[in-house]
Amino acid sequence: MKGIGRYFIFLGNLFIKREPLKTYFKQILDECIKVGIDSIVIVTIVSTFIGAVTCIQTAYNLVSPLIPRYVISLVVRDMTLLELAPTITAIVFAGKAGSNIASELGTMRISEQVDALEVMGINSVSFLALPKIIASLIMYPLLVILAGFLAITGGYVAGTLAGVITPEDYIYGIRADFQEFNVVFALIKSFVFAFLVSSISSFKGYYTTGGALEVGQSSTSAVTNSCIAILVADYLLAELLL
Amino acid sequence: MIELQNIKKAFDGKTVLYGIDGSFSPGRTNLIIGTSGTGKSVLLKCMVGLLEPDEGCVLYNGRDFTAANRNVRRHIRRDIGMLFQGAALFDSQSVEQNVMFPLNILTEMSQGEKMDRVNFVLKRVGLENVNNKMPSEISGGMKKRVGIARAIVNSSKYLYCDEPNSGLDPQTAILIDELIKEITEEFNITTVVVTHDMNSVMDIGDYIIYMYEGQKLWEGDKSQILGTTVPELQDFIYSNKLVQALKDTENS
Repeated sequence: MKGIGRYFIFLGNLFIKREPLKTYFKQILDECIKVGIDSIVIVTIVSTFIGAVTCIQTAYNLVSPLIPRYVISLVVRDMTLLELAPTITAIVFAGKAGSNIASELGTMRISEQVDALEVMGINSVSFLALPKIIASLIMYPLLVILAGFLAITGGYVAGTLAGVITPEDYIYGIRADFQEFNVVFALIKSFVFAFLVSSISSFKGYYTTGGALEVGQSSTSAVTNSCIAILVADYLLAELLL
Repeated sequence: MIELQNIKKAFDGKTVLYGIDGSFSPGRTNLIIGTSGTGKSVLLKCMVGLLEPDEGCVLYNGRDFTAANRNVRRHIRRDIGMLFQGAALFDSQSVEQNVMFPLNILTEMSQGEKMDRVNFVLKRVGLENVNNKMPSEISGGMKKRVGIARAIVNSSKYLYCDEPNSGLDPQTAILIDELIKEITEEFNITTVVVTHDMNSVMDIGDYIIYMYEGQKLWEGDKSQILGTTVPELQDFIYSNKLVQALKDTENS
């Protein structure tokens, strides 16, 4: 409970006596590259294969001749939008960007760079963490959109190459019974997950004490705590919004 | 002028500072000395607000820093420069960006004015043509110089140095000591140096506080320190072979 309390105080400090927003502009751009652009490769690989596997496994489970084949792509689409694109990508994001954020801030802490900012009269919490959080809120939804597109494309390629569904059926399936709210839901999730991953990782990194060993521990702790928070938030959002 | 009034600090019930008093004047190199674990760095952190003292206060030109609200502290801190033990340069920024950092954040100077100021302080600390080097590309002594340049670039009134000689060879250590003293006198800065290096004490100690197990046992200047009658300070001084040899020579 003490840790959770410190986390909320940390969040409060993000906005108290921060520097003018123009100060953060370049930092936010730099962070967008680090948390967003640098995550594209891993997100591309993971989402494409997950879409492909989802398609093949759905086809494997649909054995009844009464169920039309286009249902395969319908399942791929809905699973991708509702869960795979926002949630699995968030786990990948926590592993890639979250650990990076925690280890960067942890190293700055143990090498007294955070103290140097404080001595200059700069609110180090907002100066270091706020650009990372804002950059995550900008870039993660874009990564989710990319992941969704690639997962559905991956399903198409795998399904048609394996011969479990025709291209026409696949295209028909991804357009059938489409609910626009699912996209909105995926984007809501993406904002929530981006905030959780970036803020938890910043918190864990910022309060690192000790040396190199503890930086590694903070990084691991940032990823595990982010993953737990993502799964809890995922459940709560599903309960509240669906 | 920096004044310490009855600074006390404890961690988990263990007292680290027992009511430290002191007064540090501008234009002089003030030293806080003592063996490792005597509370020097804790005292320094209390002075700059990285730790909160349990009792007592720190006054900057009469303004109570300890009891001040966040705004006043922020204002006072902008007059403070600090050289950290490991220099604490920002790894992702070049030498020039590191030195310019306080100006970017704390001032409204134009880019040209900032560049002039950065080049001036880098030249003053004896570093030229290293503007674009990264901290990982320069030596320990150069890092300390960059740290000093960053600490004074915003025309700081107060300069803190935490173990400025740690990790440096004796020759470079002397150069850093001399640089600190020169800058202190040239810009009339109130400088406080935490060290356990007796060479620094004998070289630049205009005013010295000796701490032992969280207490101030002695204060004076470098001309008085060798004549001390405080046994703990005598042990501290004469553990240095060079000072011991100097004393032996004087006696003979």
